[in-house]
Amino acid sequence: MYDIKALYEATSVADAVSLLVAHPEAKIIAGGSDVLIQIREGRLAGCELVSIYKLDELRGVSLDADGTLRIGPLTSFSHITKDPLIRQIINVLGEAVDMVGGPQVRNIGTIGGNTCNGVTSADSASTLHAWDAVMEVTGPNGVRQLPIKEFYIWAGEVALQPGELLTAILIAKESYEGYVGHYIKYAMRNAMDIATTGCSVNVKLSADKKTIEDARIAYGVAGPVPMRAPSAEAAVKGLPVSQATVEAFGEAVLKDVNPRTSWRASKELRLQLAQELAKRALARSIQLAGGDI
Amino acid sequence: MQTQLVTCTINGKLTQTVVDTRASLTDMLRNDYRLTSVKKGCEVGECGACNVLIDGECFNSCIYLAVWAEGKTIRTLEDLLGPNGELSDIQQAFIDEAAVQCGFCTPGVIMTAVEILGMGRRFTRDELRKLLSGHLCRCTGYENIVNAVEKTMNKRLDG
Ligand code: FES
Ligand code: FES
Repeated sequence: MYDIKALYEATSVADAVSLLVAHPEAKIIAGGSDVLIQIREGRLAGCELVSIYKLDELRGVSLDADGTLRIGPLTSFSHITKDPLIRQIINVLGEAVDMVGGPQVRNIGTIGGNTCNGVTSADSASTLHAWDAVMEVTGPNGVRQLPIKEFYIWAGEVALQPGELLTAILIAKESYEGYVGHYIKYAMRNAMDIATTGCSVNVKLSADKKTIEDARIAYGVAGPVPMRAPSAEAAVKGLPVSQATVEAFGEAVLKDVNPRTSWRASKELRLQLAQELAKRALARSIQLAGGDI
Repeated sequence: MQTQLVTCTINGKLTQTVVDTRASLTDMLRNDYRLTSVKKGCEVGECGACNVLIDGECFNSCIYLAVWAEGKTIRTLEDLLGPNGELSDIQQAFIDEAAVQCGFCTPGVIMTAVEILGMGRRFTRDELRKLLSGHLCRCTGYENIVNAVEKTMNKRLDG
Protein backbone atom coordinates (compact mmCIF):
# COMPACT_ATOMS: atom_id res chain seq x y z
CA MET A 1 0.00 0.00 0.00
CA TYR A 2 1.37 3.37 -0.96
CA ASP A 3 1.03 6.52 1.09
CA ILE A 4 -1.02 8.39 -1.51
CA LYS A 5 -3.55 11.02 -0.50
CA ALA A 6 -5.56 10.78 -3.70
CA LEU A 7 -5.17 9.39 -7.20
CA TYR A 8 -6.83 11.01 -10.17
CA GLU A 9 -6.73 9.00 -13.36
CA ALA A 10 -6.71 11.08 -16.51
CA THR A 11 -8.74 9.81 -19.45
CA SER A 12 -7.30 12.20 -22.06
CA VAL A 13 -4.66 14.91 -22.33
CA ALA A 14 -7.36 17.57 -21.89
CA ASP A 15 -8.62 15.73 -18.81
CA ALA A 16 -5.07 15.56 -17.42
CA VAL A 17 -4.71 19.32 -17.83
CA SER A 18 -8.00 20.03 -16.04
CA LEU A 19 -7.10 17.60 -13.25
CA LEU A 20 -3.74 19.32 -12.84
CA VAL A 21 -5.42 22.72 -12.73
CA ALA A 22 -8.02 21.49 -10.23
CA HIS A 23 -5.35 19.89 -8.02
CA PRO A 24 -2.35 22.20 -8.12
CA GLU A 25 -0.52 20.20 -5.45
CA ALA A 26 -0.71 16.97 -7.45
CA LYS A 27 2.32 15.31 -9.02
CA ILE A 28 2.11 13.68 -12.43
CA ILE A 29 2.71 9.94 -12.40
CA ALA A 30 3.60 8.26 -15.71
CA GLY A 31 5.23 4.82 -15.30
CA GLY A 32 5.87 5.48 -11.63
CA SER A 33 9.33 3.93 -11.41
CA ASP A 34 10.51 7.20 -9.92
CA VAL A 35 7.45 8.69 -8.25
CA LEU A 36 6.35 5.51 -6.45
CA ILE A 37 9.84 5.00 -5.08
CA GLN A 38 9.93 8.54 -3.78
CA ILE A 39 6.59 7.89 -2.10
CA ARG A 40 7.97 4.69 -0.58
CA GLU A 41 11.05 6.51 0.63
CA GLY A 42 8.89 9.18 2.22
CA ARG A 43 10.01 12.13 0.13
CA LEU A 44 6.66 12.30 -1.66
CA ALA A 45 4.60 10.49 0.96
CA GLY A 46 1.03 11.67 1.30
CA CYS A 47 0.96 13.31 -2.12
CA GLU A 48 -1.84 13.65 -4.62
CA LEU A 49 -1.23 12.05 -8.01
CA VAL A 50 -2.57 12.64 -11.48
CA SER A 51 -1.97 9.40 -13.34
CA ILE A 52 -1.40 9.68 -17.08
CA TYR A 53 -0.25 6.06 -17.43
CA LYS A 54 -3.44 5.00 -19.22
CA LEU A 55 -3.19 7.67 -21.94
CA ASP A 56 -2.33 5.46 -24.88
CA GLU A 57 -2.51 8.51 -27.18
CA LEU A 58 0.85 9.50 -25.68
CA ARG A 59 2.49 6.19 -26.64
CA GLY A 60 4.39 5.26 -29.77
CA VAL A 61 6.67 6.87 -32.32
CA SER A 62 5.60 8.45 -35.61
CA LEU A 63 6.65 10.85 -38.34
CA ASP A 64 4.90 14.19 -38.85
CA ALA A 65 4.15 15.34 -42.41
CA ASP A 66 7.28 17.53 -42.45
CA GLY A 67 9.47 14.59 -41.43
CA THR A 68 9.71 15.51 -37.74
CA LEU A 69 10.15 12.47 -35.53
CA ARG A 70 7.43 12.48 -32.86
CA ILE A 71 8.08 10.38 -29.78
CA GLY A 72 5.17 9.82 -27.43
CA PRO A 73 6.40 10.59 -23.92
CA LEU A 74 4.74 7.51 -22.43
CA THR A 75 6.61 5.17 -24.76
CA SER A 76 8.49 2.75 -22.54
CA PHE A 77 12.24 2.37 -22.87
CA SER A 78 11.91 -1.15 -24.25
CA HIS A 79 9.43 0.03 -26.88
CA ILE A 80 11.76 2.87 -27.88
CA THR A 81 14.55 0.34 -28.39
CA LYS A 82 12.33 -1.95 -30.47
CA ASP A 83 10.71 0.78 -32.55
CA PRO A 84 11.47 0.61 -36.30
CA LEU A 85 11.52 4.42 -36.76
CA ILE A 86 13.90 4.88 -33.84
CA ARG A 87 16.17 2.19 -35.22
CA GLN A 88 16.22 3.81 -38.62
CA ILE A 89 16.50 7.46 -37.61
CA ILE A 90 18.11 7.66 -34.19
CA ASN A 91 19.37 4.21 -33.30
CA VAL A 92 21.58 5.61 -30.55
CA LEU A 93 18.51 6.62 -28.53
CA GLY A 94 17.30 3.02 -28.51
CA GLU A 95 20.75 1.87 -27.45
CA ALA A 96 20.98 4.48 -24.71
CA VAL A 97 17.65 3.65 -23.09
CA ASP A 98 18.48 -0.05 -23.31
CA MET A 99 21.03 0.70 -20.58
CA VAL A 100 18.50 2.03 -18.08
CA GLY A 101 18.02 -0.16 -14.98
CA GLY A 102 17.04 -3.72 -15.85
CA PRO A 103 14.48 -5.32 -18.18
CA GLN A 104 11.43 -4.81 -15.95
CA VAL A 105 12.33 -1.17 -15.34
CA ARG A 106 12.68 -0.65 -19.09
CA ASN A 107 9.14 -1.99 -19.56
CA ILE A 108 7.59 0.46 -17.10
CA GLY A 109 9.90 3.46 -17.36
CA THR A 110 8.89 6.07 -19.92
CA ILE A 111 11.07 8.40 -21.94
CA GLY A 112 8.92 11.36 -20.90
CA GLY A 113 9.30 10.52 -17.23
CA ASN A 114 13.03 10.17 -17.74
CA THR A 115 13.21 13.77 -18.93
CA CYS A 116 10.47 15.36 -16.77
CA ASN A 117 12.15 14.32 -13.53
CA GLY A 118 15.01 16.61 -14.58
CA VAL A 119 17.75 14.25 -13.49
CA THR A 120 21.16 14.79 -15.06
CA SER A 121 22.02 11.08 -15.09
CA ALA A 122 18.99 10.07 -17.20
CA ASP A 123 20.27 7.81 -19.97
CA SER A 124 17.97 9.33 -22.57
CA ALA A 125 18.77 12.95 -21.73
CA SER A 126 22.24 13.32 -23.20
CA THR A 127 21.18 11.79 -26.51
CA LEU A 128 18.07 13.98 -26.71
CA HIS A 129 20.25 17.04 -26.00
CA ALA A 130 22.79 15.99 -28.59
CA TRP A 131 20.07 15.67 -31.24
CA ASP A 132 18.44 19.06 -30.48
CA ALA A 133 15.18 17.55 -29.28
CA VAL A 134 12.21 19.86 -28.92
CA MET A 135 9.77 19.37 -26.06
CA GLU A 136 6.09 19.78 -26.81
CA VAL A 137 4.14 20.75 -23.72
CA THR A 138 0.36 21.00 -23.36
CA GLY A 139 -1.35 23.07 -20.68
CA PRO A 140 -4.34 25.27 -19.92
CA ASN A 141 -3.14 27.80 -22.54
CA GLY A 142 -2.66 25.26 -25.28
CA VAL A 143 0.42 23.71 -26.81
CA ARG A 144 3.91 25.20 -26.81
CA GLN A 145 7.30 23.94 -27.89
CA LEU A 146 10.69 24.61 -26.40
CA PRO A 147 14.19 23.31 -27.01
CA ILE A 148 15.27 20.64 -24.56
CA LYS A 149 18.08 22.89 -23.35
CA GLU A 150 15.50 25.35 -22.04
CA PHE A 151 13.35 22.55 -20.66
CA TYR A 152 15.97 21.55 -18.11
CA ILE A 153 16.31 24.32 -15.55
CA TRP A 154 18.18 22.81 -12.64
CA ALA A 155 18.71 19.42 -11.03
CA GLY A 156 15.22 17.99 -10.61
CA GLU A 157 13.54 21.06 -12.09
CA VAL A 158 12.04 21.38 -15.57
CA ALA A 159 10.13 24.14 -17.33
CA LEU A 160 6.65 22.66 -16.86
CA GLN A 161 4.27 25.38 -15.69
CA PRO A 162 1.30 24.60 -13.42
CA GLY A 163 -1.23 22.50 -15.33
CA GLU A 164 1.23 21.50 -18.04
CA LEU A 165 2.42 18.09 -19.11
CA LEU A 166 4.84 16.86 -21.73
CA THR A 167 2.93 15.57 -24.75
CA ALA A 168 5.69 14.86 -27.28
CA ILE A 169 9.42 14.80 -27.80
CA LEU A 170 10.22 16.01 -31.30
CA ILE A 171 13.33 15.74 -33.43
CA ALA A 172 13.24 17.88 -36.56
CA LYS A 173 14.36 16.44 -39.87
CA GLU A 174 17.35 18.79 -40.14
CA SER A 175 18.42 17.62 -36.68
CA TYR A 176 18.62 13.96 -37.64
CA GLU A 177 19.12 13.73 -41.40
CA GLY A 178 22.61 12.48 -42.17
CA TYR A 179 23.62 12.11 -38.51
CA VAL A 180 24.78 8.92 -36.81
CA GLY A 181 25.65 8.65 -33.14
CA HIS A 182 26.91 6.59 -30.27
CA TYR A 183 26.25 6.66 -26.51
CA ILE A 184 28.56 5.43 -23.79
CA LYS A 185 27.35 4.93 -20.24
CA TYR A 186 30.07 4.62 -17.64
CA ALA A 187 28.72 3.00 -14.49
CA MET A 188 29.96 0.70 -11.76
CA ARG A 189 27.75 -2.22 -12.71
CA ASN A 190 26.45 -3.62 -15.98
CA ALA A 191 22.81 -3.38 -14.93
CA MET A 192 20.58 -1.67 -12.39
CA ASP A 193 22.96 1.24 -12.07
CA ILE A 194 22.97 4.97 -12.59
CA ALA A 195 25.54 6.53 -14.91
CA THR A 196 28.67 7.95 -13.31
CA THR A 197 28.93 9.83 -16.57
CA GLY A 198 27.06 9.34 -19.82
CA CYS A 199 28.22 10.74 -23.14
CA SER A 200 26.31 10.90 -26.42
CA VAL A 201 28.03 11.97 -29.63
CA ASN A 202 26.79 12.16 -33.21
CA VAL A 203 28.37 13.25 -36.46
CA LYS A 204 27.51 14.18 -40.00
CA LEU A 205 30.34 13.43 -42.45
CA SER A 206 30.97 14.85 -45.90
CA ALA A 207 29.91 12.75 -48.89
CA ASP A 208 33.42 11.31 -49.28
CA LYS A 209 33.45 10.51 -45.52
CA LYS A 210 36.73 12.38 -45.08
CA THR A 211 35.55 15.54 -43.30
CA ILE A 212 33.43 16.19 -40.22
CA GLU A 213 30.64 18.48 -41.39
CA ASP A 214 29.08 18.61 -37.98
CA ALA A 215 29.60 16.99 -34.60
CA ARG A 216 27.37 17.25 -31.55
CA ILE A 217 28.04 16.05 -28.04
CA ALA A 218 26.11 16.04 -24.79
CA TYR A 219 26.78 14.68 -21.32
CA GLY A 220 24.77 13.44 -18.42
CA VAL A 221 26.33 13.99 -14.97
CA ALA A 222 28.90 16.54 -16.16
CA GLY A 223 26.87 19.27 -14.47
CA PRO A 224 23.58 19.69 -12.59
CA VAL A 225 21.63 19.23 -15.81
CA PRO A 226 22.51 17.37 -19.01
CA MET A 227 24.66 19.63 -21.17
CA ARG A 228 26.19 20.14 -24.59
CA ALA A 229 29.89 20.83 -25.04
CA PRO A 230 29.87 23.70 -27.58
CA SER A 231 33.64 24.28 -27.54
CA ALA A 232 34.28 20.67 -28.48
CA GLU A 233 31.67 20.82 -31.23
CA ALA A 234 33.21 23.99 -32.69
CA ALA A 235 36.72 22.58 -32.39
CA VAL A 236 36.16 19.73 -34.85
CA LYS A 237 33.67 21.19 -37.30
CA GLY A 238 35.18 21.05 -40.78
CA LEU A 239 38.24 19.08 -39.68
CA PRO A 240 39.41 15.95 -41.48
CA VAL A 241 38.45 12.55 -40.09
CA SER A 242 41.61 11.62 -38.21
CA GLN A 243 42.98 10.57 -34.86
CA ALA A 244 44.27 14.10 -34.31
CA THR A 245 40.73 15.44 -34.68
CA VAL A 246 39.50 12.94 -32.11
CA GLU A 247 42.23 14.05 -29.69
CA ALA A 248 41.36 17.72 -30.23
CA PHE A 249 37.73 16.91 -29.45
CA GLY A 250 38.72 15.29 -26.13
CA GLU A 251 40.89 18.31 -25.21
CA ALA A 252 38.19 20.82 -26.01
CA VAL A 253 35.49 19.27 -23.83
CA LEU A 254 37.40 20.42 -20.75
CA LYS A 255 36.41 24.00 -21.57
CA ASP A 256 32.75 23.03 -21.25
CA VAL A 257 32.23 20.48 -18.50
CA ASN A 258 32.12 21.15 -14.81
CA PRO A 259 31.36 17.92 -12.94
CA ARG A 260 31.28 17.71 -9.18
CA THR A 261 32.51 15.24 -6.63
CA SER A 262 29.78 12.99 -5.29
CA TRP A 263 29.82 9.66 -3.51
CA ARG A 264 29.62 8.00 -6.92
CA ALA A 265 32.82 9.52 -8.31
CA SER A 266 35.27 12.34 -7.81
CA LYS A 267 35.47 15.42 -10.00
CA GLU A 268 38.88 14.24 -11.25
CA LEU A 269 37.55 10.88 -12.39
CA ARG A 270 34.59 12.54 -14.07
CA LEU A 271 36.87 14.95 -15.94
CA GLN A 272 38.97 12.09 -17.21
CA LEU A 273 35.81 10.23 -18.18
CA ALA A 274 34.48 13.29 -19.99
CA GLN A 275 37.56 13.34 -22.21
CA GLU A 276 37.87 9.62 -22.74
CA LEU A 277 34.19 8.99 -23.44
CA ALA A 278 34.06 11.94 -25.85
CA LYS A 279 36.96 10.56 -27.85
CA ARG A 280 35.65 7.00 -27.92
CA ALA A 281 32.09 8.02 -28.75
CA LEU A 282 33.32 10.31 -31.54
CA ALA A 283 35.54 7.63 -33.04
CA ARG A 284 32.69 5.13 -32.91
CA SER A 285 30.22 7.60 -34.41
CA ILE A 286 32.65 8.28 -37.27
CA GLN A 287 32.93 4.56 -37.92
CA LEU A 288 29.16 4.12 -37.83
CA ALA A 289 28.84 6.99 -40.32
CA GLY A 290 31.17 5.15 -42.69
CA GLY A 291 34.36 7.07 -41.91
CA ASP A 292 37.71 5.39 -41.63
CA ILE A 293 39.46 5.74 -38.28
CA MET B 1 -10.63 5.56 1.39
CA GLN B 2 -10.66 5.81 -2.38
CA THR B 3 -11.50 2.54 -4.13
CA GLN B 4 -11.88 1.38 -7.70
CA LEU B 5 -13.26 -1.64 -9.48
CA VAL B 6 -10.55 -3.43 -11.48
CA THR B 7 -11.43 -5.93 -14.18
CA CYS B 8 -8.62 -7.94 -15.67
CA THR B 9 -7.60 -11.40 -16.80
CA ILE B 10 -5.41 -13.23 -14.34
CA ASN B 11 -3.92 -16.58 -15.27
CA GLY B 12 -6.52 -17.10 -17.97
CA LYS B 13 -9.56 -16.12 -15.89
CA LEU B 14 -11.49 -12.87 -16.28
CA THR B 15 -11.84 -11.47 -12.77
CA GLN B 16 -13.04 -8.41 -10.93
CA THR B 17 -12.27 -6.91 -7.57
CA VAL B 18 -12.50 -3.60 -5.78
CA VAL B 19 -9.11 -2.30 -4.77
CA ASP B 20 -7.85 0.52 -2.63
CA THR B 21 -6.36 2.98 -5.13
CA ARG B 22 -3.18 3.08 -3.02
CA ALA B 23 -2.60 -0.64 -3.55
CA SER B 24 0.25 -1.96 -5.67
CA LEU B 25 -0.40 -4.79 -8.09
CA THR B 26 1.58 -7.00 -5.68
CA ASP B 27 -0.93 -6.13 -2.94
CA MET B 28 -3.85 -7.00 -5.20
CA LEU B 29 -2.40 -10.29 -6.47
CA ARG B 30 -1.38 -11.49 -3.01
CA ASN B 31 -4.26 -10.21 -0.89
CA ASP B 32 -7.25 -10.37 -3.23
CA TYR B 33 -6.25 -13.38 -5.33
CA ARG B 34 -3.95 -15.26 -2.92
CA LEU B 35 -1.30 -15.56 -5.62
CA THR B 36 1.55 -15.82 -3.15
CA SER B 37 4.21 -16.72 -5.71
CA VAL B 38 4.37 -12.96 -6.14
CA LYS B 39 6.86 -12.00 -3.43
CA LYS B 40 7.48 -8.77 -1.62
CA GLY B 41 11.21 -8.23 -1.60
CA CYS B 42 12.51 -4.68 -1.84
CA GLU B 43 9.20 -3.07 -2.90
CA VAL B 44 11.13 -0.41 -4.81
CA GLY B 45 11.61 -2.17 -8.15
CA GLU B 46 15.15 -3.40 -7.63
CA CYS B 47 15.01 -7.12 -6.89
CA GLY B 48 12.44 -8.65 -9.26
CA ALA B 49 10.85 -10.90 -6.60
CA CYS B 50 7.41 -9.50 -7.46
CA ASN B 51 7.85 -9.84 -11.22
CA VAL B 52 4.78 -10.84 -13.28
CA LEU B 53 3.84 -10.78 -16.95
CA ILE B 54 1.44 -8.04 -18.02
CA ASP B 55 0.29 -8.33 -21.64
CA GLY B 56 3.31 -10.53 -22.25
CA GLU B 57 5.98 -8.23 -20.79
CA CYS B 58 7.72 -8.43 -17.43
CA PHE B 59 6.87 -5.86 -14.77
CA ASN B 60 7.81 -5.49 -11.14
CA SER B 61 4.31 -5.54 -9.67
CA CYS B 62 5.46 -3.70 -6.53
CA ILE B 63 5.87 -0.49 -8.52
CA TYR B 64 2.74 -0.93 -10.60
CA LEU B 65 -0.51 0.50 -9.27
CA ALA B 66 -3.27 -2.08 -8.94
CA VAL B 67 -5.72 0.25 -10.72
CA TRP B 68 -3.49 0.20 -13.80
CA ALA B 69 -4.28 -3.52 -14.18
CA GLU B 70 -7.70 -2.58 -15.59
CA GLY B 71 -8.15 -4.41 -18.89
CA LYS B 72 -4.76 -6.13 -18.72
CA THR B 73 -3.83 -9.78 -19.01
CA ILE B 74 -1.64 -10.87 -16.12
CA ARG B 75 0.28 -14.09 -15.63
CA THR B 76 1.94 -15.29 -12.46
CA LEU B 77 3.94 -18.40 -11.70
CA GLU B 78 0.75 -20.21 -10.64
CA ASP B 79 -0.26 -20.23 -14.31
CA LEU B 80 2.60 -22.52 -15.26
CA LEU B 81 1.30 -25.59 -13.42
CA GLY B 82 -0.37 -28.28 -15.50
CA PRO B 83 -3.96 -29.45 -14.76
CA ASN B 84 -2.73 -32.06 -12.29
CA GLY B 85 -0.10 -29.88 -10.72
CA GLU B 86 2.67 -30.92 -13.13
CA LEU B 87 5.64 -28.61 -13.35
CA SER B 88 6.46 -26.84 -16.60
CA ASP B 89 9.79 -27.51 -18.35
CA ILE B 90 11.36 -24.32 -17.05
CA GLN B 91 10.36 -25.06 -13.45
CA GLN B 92 11.75 -28.61 -13.76
CA ALA B 93 14.96 -27.20 -15.21
CA PHE B 94 15.38 -24.94 -12.17
CA ILE B 95 15.17 -28.04 -9.96
CA ASP B 96 17.47 -30.13 -12.16
CA GLU B 97 20.11 -27.41 -12.35
CA ALA B 98 19.88 -26.56 -8.64
CA ALA B 99 18.88 -23.04 -9.62
CA VAL B 100 16.63 -22.85 -6.54
CA GLN B 101 17.89 -22.57 -3.00
CA CYS B 102 15.71 -20.59 -0.62
CA GLY B 103 13.33 -20.01 -3.53
CA PHE B 104 12.34 -16.45 -2.69
CA CYS B 105 13.57 -14.98 -5.96
CA THR B 106 12.54 -17.99 -8.05
CA PRO B 107 8.96 -17.18 -9.11
CA GLY B 108 10.04 -13.78 -10.36
CA VAL B 109 13.05 -15.14 -12.22
CA ILE B 110 10.98 -17.88 -13.81
CA MET B 111 8.42 -15.38 -15.11
CA THR B 112 11.24 -13.47 -16.79
CA ALA B 113 12.43 -16.80 -18.19
CA VAL B 114 8.91 -17.37 -19.54
CA GLU B 115 9.12 -14.06 -21.40
CA ILE B 116 12.59 -14.89 -22.72
CA LEU B 117 11.60 -18.39 -23.86
CA GLY B 118 8.45 -17.00 -25.44
CA MET B 119 10.54 -14.92 -27.82
CA GLY B 120 11.54 -18.16 -29.53
CA ARG B 121 15.08 -16.95 -30.22
CA ARG B 122 18.42 -18.43 -29.35
CA PHE B 123 20.27 -16.01 -27.08
CA THR B 124 23.93 -16.07 -26.18
CA ARG B 125 24.86 -16.48 -22.53
CA ASP B 126 25.74 -12.80 -22.34
CA GLU B 127 22.37 -11.86 -23.76
CA LEU B 128 20.66 -14.14 -21.25
CA ARG B 129 22.56 -12.50 -18.41
CA LYS B 130 21.37 -9.10 -19.58
CA LEU B 131 17.78 -10.32 -19.95
CA LEU B 132 17.90 -11.76 -16.42
CA SER B 133 19.67 -8.77 -14.90
CA GLY B 134 16.54 -7.39 -13.25
CA HIS B 135 16.66 -10.06 -10.55
CA LEU B 136 18.62 -10.33 -7.35
CA CYS B 137 19.34 -13.77 -5.93
CA ARG B 138 21.14 -14.02 -2.59
CA CYS B 139 21.68 -17.78 -2.80
CA THR B 140 22.56 -19.33 -6.13
CA GLY B 141 25.24 -17.04 -7.50
CA TYR B 142 23.18 -16.85 -10.74
CA GLU B 143 25.27 -19.40 -12.66
CA ASN B 144 22.72 -22.19 -12.25
CA ILE B 145 19.86 -19.86 -13.10
CA VAL B 146 21.49 -18.98 -16.41
CA ASN B 147 22.16 -22.70 -16.96
CA ALA B 148 18.51 -23.61 -16.38
CA VAL B 149 17.23 -20.94 -18.78
CA GLU B 150 19.85 -21.75 -21.40
CA LYS B 151 19.15 -25.49 -21.30
CA THR B 152 15.39 -25.00 -21.54
CA MET B 153 15.87 -22.56 -24.42
CA ASN B 154 18.07 -25.03 -26.29
CA LYS B 155 15.70 -27.93 -25.60
CA ARG B 156 12.70 -26.01 -26.90
CA LEU B 157 14.51 -24.78 -30.01
CA ASP B 158 16.06 -28.14 -30.84
CA GLY B 159 12.78 -29.96 -30.20
S1 FES C 1 9.73 -6.49 -4.54
FE1 FES C 1 9.29 -5.66 -6.46
S2 FES C 1 11.24 -5.45 -7.33
FE2 FES C 1 11.70 -6.07 -5.32
S1 FES D 1 17.27 -18.85 -4.33
FE1 FES D 1 17.39 -17.66 -2.54
S2 FES D 1 17.30 -15.65 -3.36
FE2 FES D 1 17.47 -16.82 -5.10
